[in-house]
Amino acid sequence: MSDTPRKSSAIDLGSAIKSRLTSWDSIILVLTVLVLVVASFSVDNFGTSRNFTFMVLDLLPIILIALPMTMIIVTGEIDLSVASTLGLTSSLMGWLWNQGLSIETIIPLCVVIGAICGVVNGFLITGLGLPSLAVTIGTLALYRGLAFVVLGDGAVADFPWNYTGWVTGTIGGGAVPNDLILIVALALIFGIVQHATPFGRSLYAIGANAQAAHFSGIRVARTKFWLYVVSGAVAGLVGVLWTLRYSSARADNGSGLELAVVAAVLLGGVSIFGGKGSLPGVLAGVVLLTALQNALRLEDVSGQALNIVTGSLLVLSVLLPNITTAIRGHWRRRKVRQAAAAR
Amino acid sequence: MTTLSLNAPAKLFKTRELGIVLALALLVAYTAIDNPRFLSGQSIRDNLLNTAILAVMATGQAVVVITRNIDLSVGSVLGLSAFTVATMTSANPGLPMIVAILAGLTLGAVAGLVNGVLVRFGKVPALVVTLGTLYIFRGITYSWAGGSQVNADELPRHFLTFANDNLLGIPWLVLIALIVVGAASLMMRNYRVGRELYAMGSSPAAAELAGIKVARNLLGAFVLSGALAGLAGVLYAARFGTVDAAAGTGYELNVVAAVVVGGVAVFGGSGSVWGAALGALLLTVIGSALAVLDINQFWQQAIVGALIILAICADRLVAVRIARSLRKRDAHV
Repeated sequence: MSDTPRKSSAIDLGSAIKSRLTSWDSIILVLTVLVLVVASFSVDNFGTSRNFTFMVLDLLPIILIALPMTMIIVTGEIDLSVASTLGLTSSLMGWLWNQGLSIETIIPLCVVIGAICGVVNGFLITGLGLPSLAVTIGTLALYRGLAFVVLGDGAVADFPWNYTGWVTGTIGGGAVPNDLILIVALALIFGIVQHATPFGRSLYAIGANAQAAHFSGIRVARTKFWLYVVSGAVAGLVGVLWTLRYSSARADNGSGLELAVVAAVLLGGVSIFGGKGSLPGVLAGVVLLTALQNALRLEDVSGQALNIVTGSLLVLSVLLPNITTAIRGHWRRRKVRQAAAAR
Repeated sequence: MTTLSLNAPAKLFKTRELGIVLALALLVAYTAIDNPRFLSGQSIRDNLLNTAILAVMATGQAVVVITRNIDLSVGSVLGLSAFTVATMTSANPGLPMIVAILAGLTLGAVAGLVNGVLVRFGKVPALVVTLGTLYIFRGITYSWAGGSQVNADELPRHFLTFANDNLLGIPWLVLIALIVVGAASLMMRNYRVGRELYAMGSSPAAAELAGIKVARNLLGAFVLSGALAGLAGVLYAARFGTVDAAAGTGYELNVVAAVVVGGVAVFGGSGSVWGAALGALLLTVIGSALAVLDINQFWQQAIVGALIILAICADRLVAVRIARSLRKRDAHV
C-alpha cells in the first residue's frame, strides 16, 4: 500500500530499502518480537516450555487455515466458510467413528470431505460467477447447519488415544510439540508455492487486475477454483486435528474461527482488495495475535473480553497503513511546496 | 431510454418480492394443512413478534447493503443495547418505556457512527471494520457483564408487558417494526437522500463525481443501521426478559440472510427495504414451520444457508437477464 505513490522513482535504491524497512510486514514482525520479549519478562509462566506447547496448539488451527486464506485474499476473494467446514468435518468424523470405520480410513476421508466443501464454494464462485463474500456467508451457515444435522448437539469422544496423544504430545516428550512439524512443513510448502513459483506470482496478478491477468494467459477461474478446494481440504484437516486435540467431535467445533483467521491474515499485511501481502507477514500476524491472547489470558483477562483485542487489532491493521500513507503524502506535498517556494 | 431503464428494474423488484410472497404463501399453506394450529392467533402473534425484531435490524442493514457496504456488527450492537437497557431499567424501575427506547437508539447510533467514521475516513472496507467492531462491541458487553445476567423478575412490569401490549389489536413490537420499515421505505423511494444512497451503491465513483454528499450519506446509513440494531436490543430485552452478554450472538447472519433473501443485491444499488422485511418474515416463518412440521430443529441453519445461496443465484440470474436485454435493445437502436 505504501509503495504506490513511489512508482515513478522505482530505481531509487535508497528509498526502496527504506520503504522495505517501513513496510507493514517488517513493522508487524518487529511488533511480534516485541510482544514475545516483553511478555516473557513481564508475564509469569509465559516463557515456560509448557506454555510454549499450549501456544503452538492454539496457533495450529489459525496458522494452517491462514495459509490458503492468504492466497485467496491475495487474489481479491475471501472464504468465510472455513470454520464451518471444520465443524462439518468434525461432526462427520464423529459419525463415521460411530459407524465403526477405522481411524486410518476416517482421516483421509475427512480431508476429502473438506475438499468437497471447497469444490462447492469454488463452483458457485468461479462457475456461476457469484461474489465470494456472499457465497461463503451462505455456505458458512449451510455447512454449520449440516454439521448440526449430522451430530445434533451431542459429542463423540472415544477416539484412539495414540492419535489424540500425538496431537497434544511433544517430540520425545521434550519442549517441541509434534504439531510444530506439521505447521513448519505446510508453511514451507505454501510459502514456496506463493513466493517462488509462477503460480504464486499469478495470484498477485489476479489480485491486482483479474481482467489483465486473464488477457495475459492466466487461467483466473481455474486458479481460484483450486484455491477454494485447497482451502476446504486444509479446513478438513484442521477439523480432524481439532477433534483429536480435544478428543471431542462436536458440530460447534471452531465456531467463529473464520474471524480470527481473517483478522490474522489482514494483520499480517495482506490487502483485503487483493494483490498485496506476504506469507511471512501473515505468520507474524498469527503469532502476534496468539501470543497477545495467551499473555492476556495468563494475566487473567477473561476469554470473551479478549475479543476487544482481536477486534481492535483487526481494525488497526487495516487503518494504520492508510493513516501512514496519508501522513507520508502530506509530508511529501509539503516538501514539494517548500522546494517550489525556495526556487 | 432513461424511462425504460428505470422501469425495467423497478418491475423486476416487484417480481422478486412477489417471489418471496409466493414462497411464504406456499409454506404457510403446506404447514397449515399439516397442522391447522399453525394459523391460530397465538402462533401468528409469535411469528409476528419474532419477525418484528429481525425486520427492524434488516431495515438498517438493507440501507447499508444498498450503498454497497455491509454491517456485520449488528448482533453485537443488539447485545450491548439489550444488556445496557435491561441493566438501566432494573436499576430505575420508574423509567418510562420511551426513555429505554431512546437510550437503545442512541447507544446503537453511536456504535453505527464509529463504524461509519472508520469506513469513510479510515478508507477501510466495511466488511473488515464491522468484523472488527463485531468483536469489540461483544467484548465490551462481556467484560462489563461477565457471566451475570438480568432476569425477568428484576425488570419492571411495564417494561415486560410492553412486548405483549397492543394498540388497536396490533402488538407494539409489530407496530414499531411497521413504522420503521414504512418510514425507511418512504425515505429510500421518495426522498432525495434515498435515491442518492441507491446511486452510491450503483457506482460509488459516479456518485462522488455527481456531487452527492457521499460521506454524509454513508455516515447516515451506518448510524441508521446501528440505531435500529440498538432499538432491536430494547425490543429483545422487552420480549425475552432475560438478557446476558451473549444476547444476539450470531444474529448478523440472520440479518444478512434476510436482506439477501429479500432481494437486496450484495453489490449494492438495488433491492428494497420492504423486500428485506419480507425476507425477515420468510426466515422467521420457516423457523417456526420446521418446528410445527416436527422437522429436526438442526435443519434450520442449513436451510438458512441454502436460502442465501439460492437468493444470490436468483440475483445473478436477474442481473444477467437485465444485461442481456439492455444489450439487445442497444443493438437494435
